[in-house]
This record gives sequence, C-alpha cells and structure tokens, in this order.
Amino acid sequence: MAADPIHQFEIQNLVPLLKVGAAEIHFTNSAAFMIVAVGLTAALLIGATAGRRLVPTRMQSVAELTYELMASTLRNSAGEEGMKFFPLVLSLFMFILMSNVVGIIPYTFTVTSHIIITAALALTVFFTVIIYGIYRNGLHFFNLFLPSGIPGWMAPMIIVIELLSFLSRPISHSVRLFANMLAGHITLKLVGGFVVMMGSVGVLGTAGAIAPLALTVALTALELLVAVLQAYVFTILTCIYLNDAIHPGH
Amino acid sequence: MSDGTRGSGDPGRSSEEAALSTRLKHLGERLDRMKSSRPSQDAAPRPQGNASAIARGLRLSTELVAGVIVGAAIGWFLDRWLGISPWGFIVFLLLGFAAGILNVMRSAGLANSKQR
Repeated sequence: MAADPIHQFEIQNLVPLLKVGAAEIHFTNSAAFMIVAVGLTAALLIGATAGRRLVPTRMQSVAELTYELMASTLRNSAGEEGMKFFPLVLSLFMFILMSNVVGIIPYTFTVTSHIIITAALALTVFFTVIIYGIYRNGLHFFNLFLPSGIPGWMAPMIIVIELLSFLSRPISHSVRLFANMLAGHITLKLVGGFVVMMGSVGVLGTAGAIAPLALTVALTALELLVAVLQAYVFTILTCIYLNDAIHPGH
Repeated sequence: MSDGTRGSGDPGRSSEEAALSTRLKHLGERLDRMKSSRPSQDAAPRPQGNASAIARGLRLSTELVAGVIVGAAIGWFLDRWLGISPWGFIVFLLLGFAAGILNVMRSAGLANSKQR
C-alpha cells in the first residue's frame, strides 16, 4: 500500500445515503474532506473576526490579510464593478486553499486532485462569465470574439480562433490545478516509498535512505508553496475571466 | 501603553490618550488616501501573476495543450456530424494550435487583448 502512489486518490464510500435508479449515492471520503475544507474556512473567517478589535489578533490579521489580498486582486483585474463577484472569488480561493493545504497532511484526501472537482469549479466560473456577460452586455458580449481593428477578410478566421481560445479556458483552468496537485502528491508518495524500500534492505540501505528522506522534507515544503500558489493562480484567472464578462469590448 | 488600571489622575495618561487619538486620525487619513488611490472603475485591468518559473511553465503549457485539445475535439465532432472526414479535423486542429498560441501569448502578457 505504501508503494502504490495512486492509492491515496481512491474514492472510498463511507456512508450510503440514497439510491437513484441503479446509481447509489454515497457519502465519500472526498465529500468528507470538502466538508473539512468548508468547516476550516468558516472557522478561520468567522472565528477570527468574531471579536473584532482595532489592533487585530494574529488570527484576525490572517483573515483580514486574506480579505485584502482577494479584494485587491479582484479590483486590479476586474475593476470596482467586479467586487459584486467577491463572494464567489473568496469562496473559491478559500475552498481550494483549504483543500490543498489539508491534502498535504499525511493520510488525508486531496479533494482538488480529482479533475471532476476542479472541472466543476472551472465550469462554474465559465458559465458565470457567459451568463453574466450576456445579461450585462447583451449581444455586445460577443465582441469578445472579434477584436477591433481587424481587417474584414480576416474576421472569420479570427472569430474561430478566439472562440476556440475561449472554449479552451475551462480546460486549462481546471487541468492546471488538478495536474499540479496530482503530480505533487504522486512525487511525494514515490520519494517517500523509496525511504521505506531502501530502509528494508539493510544497514547500507538505511544509510542511503537519508537522501530520499531529506528530499521528502524538501518536497513537502515545495508542496505547501504549490498548494497556496495554485489556489491563488486559480483565483487570479477567475478574476481575469470575470473581467471579460464585465468589459467584453476590446 | 495605558492599561486603565492606574490612577485616573495620572497626567501621563491623558497625553498618551491624545497621542493615541492623533495616531488613529493619521491612520484614518492614510486609509482614505489609499482608498482614493485605488484604480477607478475602468482603470486598465491587466492580468497579473508572477509565479515561480516552474508554475509559469506549467501554466503556459496547459494553455497551449488546451487550445489544441479543444480544436481537435471540435474538428472530430464536425467530421462525424457532417461526414467531411478528415477535413474538419485537419482545419480545426490547426486553428486549435493557433488558439493555443494565442492563449500562451495572452497568458505571458505578450498579446494583451485589452490594450488595443
């Protein structure tokens, strides 16, 4: 089990909930860790801001810094009007951040290492952009696909390319987060597996196992960086895409 | 700082309070200045994000691959739908490459669609 790097991503059914036709719906370990992520987010943000002080406590400044970071990111990329999407953006950021960070802890499950989760999040953003863009700008939204200043004879090709570029967004948006988390956790598991394998060989193996052990420690630190960074990157891209919904004109 | 348990007749305390209130006022003024210096409604929104080199490389490669995949998928479905195999696939694969390159250039900040 320790040598199987994929085992950690297995979905396990914990509690059967209900049955729809032939499909059974279970409460899975994935769902459990989603609840953990949401619970931690709520505990951090609600708990830290419960006793509001002028001079913030440590936890309160964590919550305030998170808020300020997200608010300034959103303002910078989508303008003041983008602030109406602030709840969505902050929720996405906190959910992904907590899922990623919790996933580093051994024996936990990384929710964001499944593409179905990241795809669902990316598609939420994608459809928010389309629906809000059409609601706010009407047909003007489709100017997104035709940059101004293009000669008429080039327009058909440019429109197709821009359309493909737009359609490829949810793919790159979701694959980036998913691939980073999956690859990082597999690497960590493999290098950790080396320690066990070499340690079981003998004295020489135990001495040799120090190198992968040190690498595991370094990789864990790197994974922490990647976890925070990818949550932030996902959110920045969300902000940039939302900007297109608000200002589709080129 | 003043902790309120000392005698209220302490002359140092009132001056400390005055100092505190002036500092608070200064802080408020600085906050106001920061708020007013924020970019306004339509101030050039630009994509940002300075990650480490490996994250940047991964980002750009997924952008390219996503464009190609979408182009290939659309071409393949058009082929099956209209029965024009293999022309839909060929044309849309190439267009997908173009879209992928466009994605990469946008994401690298070389072709900023907002600054025309």
